[in-house]
Parts: sequence; structure tokens; C-alpha cells
Amino acid sequence: MSTIAPAVAAQKTPTQKTPTRSRLDRQWAGLAFLAPFLTVFALTILAPVLYSLHLSLFRNRLIGGNSFVGLDNYIQALSDPKFLEGLLRVSGFLFIQVPIMLALALVAALAIDSRRLAGSPFFRVGIFLPYAVPGVVAVLMWGFMYSPRFGLAGNINDFLGFDLASPLTQQWILVAIGNIVTWEFVGYNMLIFYSALRTIPEELYEAASIDGAGQMRTIWSIKLPALRGAIVIATIFSIIGSYQLFNEPNILRTSAPGLIQTYFTPNMYAYNLSFFGQQVNYAATIAIIMGVVTAVLAYVVQVRGNREALR
Amino acid sequence: MRARYERRSRRDQSKRSVVLTSVMALFIIYSLLPLVWLFISSTKTQQSLLSSFGLWFDGPFAFFDNVWLTLTHDDGIFLTWFANTVMYVVLGAGGATLLAALGGYGLAKFTFPGKKAVFAVILGAIAIPGTALAVPTFLMFSQLGLTNTIWAIIIPSLVSPFGLYLIWIYATEAIPTELLEAARMDGAGELRTFFTVSIRLMAPGIATVALFAIVATWNNYFLPLIMLSDPNLFPLTIGLQLWNSAGAGIGADPIFNLVITGAFLTIIPIIVAFLLMQRYWQSGLSAGSVKQ
Repeated sequence: MSTIAPAVAAQKTPTQKTPTRSRLDRQWAGLAFLAPFLTVFALTILAPVLYSLHLSLFRNRLIGGNSFVGLDNYIQALSDPKFLEGLLRVSGFLFIQVPIMLALALVAALAIDSRRLAGSPFFRVGIFLPYAVPGVVAVLMWGFMYSPRFGLAGNINDFLGFDLASPLTQQWILVAIGNIVTWEFVGYNMLIFYSALRTIPEELYEAASIDGAGQMRTIWSIKLPALRGAIVIATIFSIIGSYQLFNEPNILRTSAPGLIQTYFTPNMYAYNLSFFGQQVNYAATIAIIMGVVTAVLAYVVQVRGNREALR
Repeated sequence: MRARYERRSRRDQSKRSVVLTSVMALFIIYSLLPLVWLFISSTKTQQSLLSSFGLWFDGPFAFFDNVWLTLTHDDGIFLTWFANTVMYVVLGAGGATLLAALGGYGLAKFTFPGKKAVFAVILGAIAIPGTALAVPTFLMFSQLGLTNTIWAIIIPSLVSPFGLYLIWIYATEAIPTELLEAARMDGAGELRTFFTVSIRLMAPGIATVALFAIVATWNNYFLPLIMLSDPNLFPLTIGLQLWNSAGAGIGADPIFNLVITGAFLTIIPIIVAFLLMQRYWQSGLSAGSVKQ
């Protein structure tokens, strides 16, 4: 196969005079360039995926040791109230926090691209800056600011004389986490949108203004359609991020231990099961279910995004 | 691109909107206020931290005292964590960038059997939550005897499927195939062509990938959390959380001023890197979005 293919390719492009022999060398060169990546990829991504699949089919019992149980772990997970509660929580988070964050990012990107903003480079860098702040530092900062004892929330409440802001309560904790995640990633998404806006050719705007299109009309008919691909990408990354939710609640637990259970998100559940509960097989099962749910949702967004682009 | 931008902004000087600028000012206050809070808090003693208004200075200016205390607390463990973080970034993010550059170039400029399959698998891997892999990776690494060593952090950091994807797109556009043909006619080997010709043309793309890899490694929390148990191997993120949780229990001795000052010192290098490399990552990202 590999000896025939280059000959065929050479026939198709008679203008290129490269001899067949060096074409074959070049094929191997392409693979050689990719080989280091593929090796580490196999070791750190493929192998763990296969290993989790393997683990999820077994169970360690007191009697009989490690035994094959088929899909029992999956059946158990799908009727486990702790897992389902976490899944529901991150899904709710996804459907509320992600649209808000992406809408804010979109508004910021359109504003910076609108040419009507003074000092737009400053806004671009300033809004993006939180992305560079380590998640741990972001949560520590906001955790301190949320604190009723000495944080800004406490300052506000002292000033008003009643408790207006109490982020670290059962009622508000998810909103508090949503705010931290929004703060961290709104600039990143803004930059994705802004980069896509910058690729719109100037002629399109000139044509629109000759046709008498105003600012809003231009946004609706030129900018938003051009952003579709970027919105799909940003949505997929946000879905992955939401279902992975771990750092923020896990670190906030230090400030508010009673509010955030060990199974607050599926990822925290899997982590606590394997590192503190010795239930490695069950943890692997949960990780795989989450991976599948994420991949399916990402796929749906991708397909829908593309279908609408064809219309 | 640059020319277009200048033309645009010059023409539009007159149309600046006050309303829009004000709304965006609120936005930027939201983005920067926590960082301002962090800086102001790092100038306070533990006592005035607990008693004063968060967004203004209070009590003695204790910034340098705090820095000194942070750097010397527990026999200077903060400096160890700092050095560890730098090592993980240089080896992990550096390696990730190199592997992505080589691989993305291979995908962009060569055809070989199985290329499509390789590409599909890598794209699929972008959708796999990194943390979902953490537990099995831990179990695998512990069987290989790699847990609680620096390799447990460095090896998983070496793979950036998104970086590979970005370089692949960038190299396709930025490197003319004729140029590679010319280099081959001159008898240059593929690897030599890569390091003398191609790598320069890919520079903005590589800088973008490097920056995102640096941020990811500098900010890495989950992986070191599960892989490491020896505080001497910790990166800054885990160390800071260790200090933070040390003050949380009942009867504990909180060192909030050290946590805050340590956090401030942690973000300085990464923000400086960001601002210095601005020109590169902005052009790299624009190129990346062309094909989305």
C-alpha cells in the first residue's frame, strides 16, 4: 500500500518532479515529526482511558477479591443519588452560568471591536488578565472577599447594617462559584470572539455602510454570523469546563466546609471515592460516564452549530 | 491586519461612545477589582487584614514585611515551591510546545498513511475532561513507581491536543509548501529545514501555544494534588492551598497574610509573561480562528 500510494500521487501531480523515492521518505518524515507527541499521547491519554474502561468492569469485594462484574458499576452509578445530585448540579450550573458568561464575553468582544470604545487595547488586555490568574489564587481571593468575617461581603453588610451579601451560604454558594468561574473565563471567551471578529474583511463593513446599515444591523447581519464557529468552540470548551468542575468547590470547602459535600460535583465525588474511599473501580465508572456525557453534549453542539451554518 | 486596524481607528476617532465606554468601564472594574483587593491586602498585617475595609490601605505598610515572612516561613518552603513551579513550567510547558510544534507541522505539511485516523483520535481527546483521566493516570503511575516524583507532573503536562491543533492550522497557512520544496532541492534534511526555516514562520503560533501551556502548567492544581504527597515537590498552587487550609480548623493558627502575599507573588510572573508576549499571542490567536 505504502509503495503504491506515492506513485499514484506522483501521477496526479505531474508538475512536481520529485522522485518517488524521496516522497516515500517524506511520508515517514511526517510520521516521525508526529511520533514524540503520539508516544506521550498514548501514555498519558489513551492508556488511562483504556485502563479506566477496564477498571469500570471490575469490583473489589471483601470475599472473592477482584472480580468481573460487567456493567454492574454503571447500573449502580445511574441509580446513585449522590452521583445524580452532583450531575444535576453541574448541569444546572452549565445551563445558567455558561450562557451568562458567553453573553458577557460576546458583548465585550463586540464593544471592543465596535471602534466606538476609547482605549480598547486596555480593555482587551484587562478583561483577559484574570485568565492568567491561577484557579487556586482566584478561589482564595474570592473566598476571602466572600468571607462574612473580614471580606468585602462583611464590609458591605457592616456598612448597611444587615446581611445583603452572604455568598457563603447554602442558598448562594452555587452562585458564588459561578461568579468565580465567570470572572476567570469571561476574558478568554471574549478573546476567542474578538479574534473571530478581526477576520471579517473590511469590504463587508464598507458595503454594509453603503447600504445604510446601522451599528445594530451590522452586528446582526455580519458580525454574529461570522462568530458562529467561535461560539460553537467556546460553548464546547465551556461544557467540558462545567462538567469538570472541581477546583473551585474543592478549595472553597476550606472556607465553607459545611456547605460543600464530598459529592458536590461528580468530579469531586470520583476524587473522594478513589482517594479517601478506596473505591477505585466505582470512581473510574463515574469518570467514564462523565466523559461520555461531555462528549455527547459537545457533539450535539457541534452538529447543531454546523447545521445552522448551512442554512 | 495591523494596517487595517490603524486605518479603522483613525477614521473613527470622532464616533467614540461615552455610554459604551462607561459600561465597559464597569466590566473592567469587575475584572481588575479582585486583583486590586489582593494587592491592597498584601500590604496589611494579619491584624488590620481582619479589621479594616478591604479596598483601602490600613495600618502600617507591611508589604515588605509580608514578603519577607512569606519567603522565610517554614525554612523558606515558598522559594522551594516557586523553584518547583518554574521547573514544571520549563520542562512541562516547554516540552508540550516542542511536541505540539513538531507534531502540528507533521500534520500540516506531510501526508502519511493513517493521518486522518490520528487526527480524529486527537480531536476526540480534546473533548475528554482532563480530570476524568486523573484517577486512572494516578493508578497507572503508581504501578510504574512514578507518583510523588517530578515526572508525575511533567509527563502528563507534555501533551496539549489543543496546542497541536492550533499549530496544525497555523503551519498550514504560514508555511508555503514551495519553500519546503526549495529547501529539499538544496538538499537540506527535513529536521534541518524544520529548525532553520519552518520554526521561524510558525513563531507567532508557537508563542501562542507556549503561552497557553505556560498558563496551564503554572496554574495546575488537580494533577499535583493527587500525584504529590511530599511538600518539597509541591508547586505554588498546592503550597498556597496547604497554607490556607492550615488556618481553617478550630484552634488553628491562621497565616492569612502569608496566603495573600504568596498569592500575589504567584501571579506576578505569569502576568508579566502575559503582557510581554501580548503581541505574539494576539496574532497567533487571530490566525487560529480563521479556520474555526
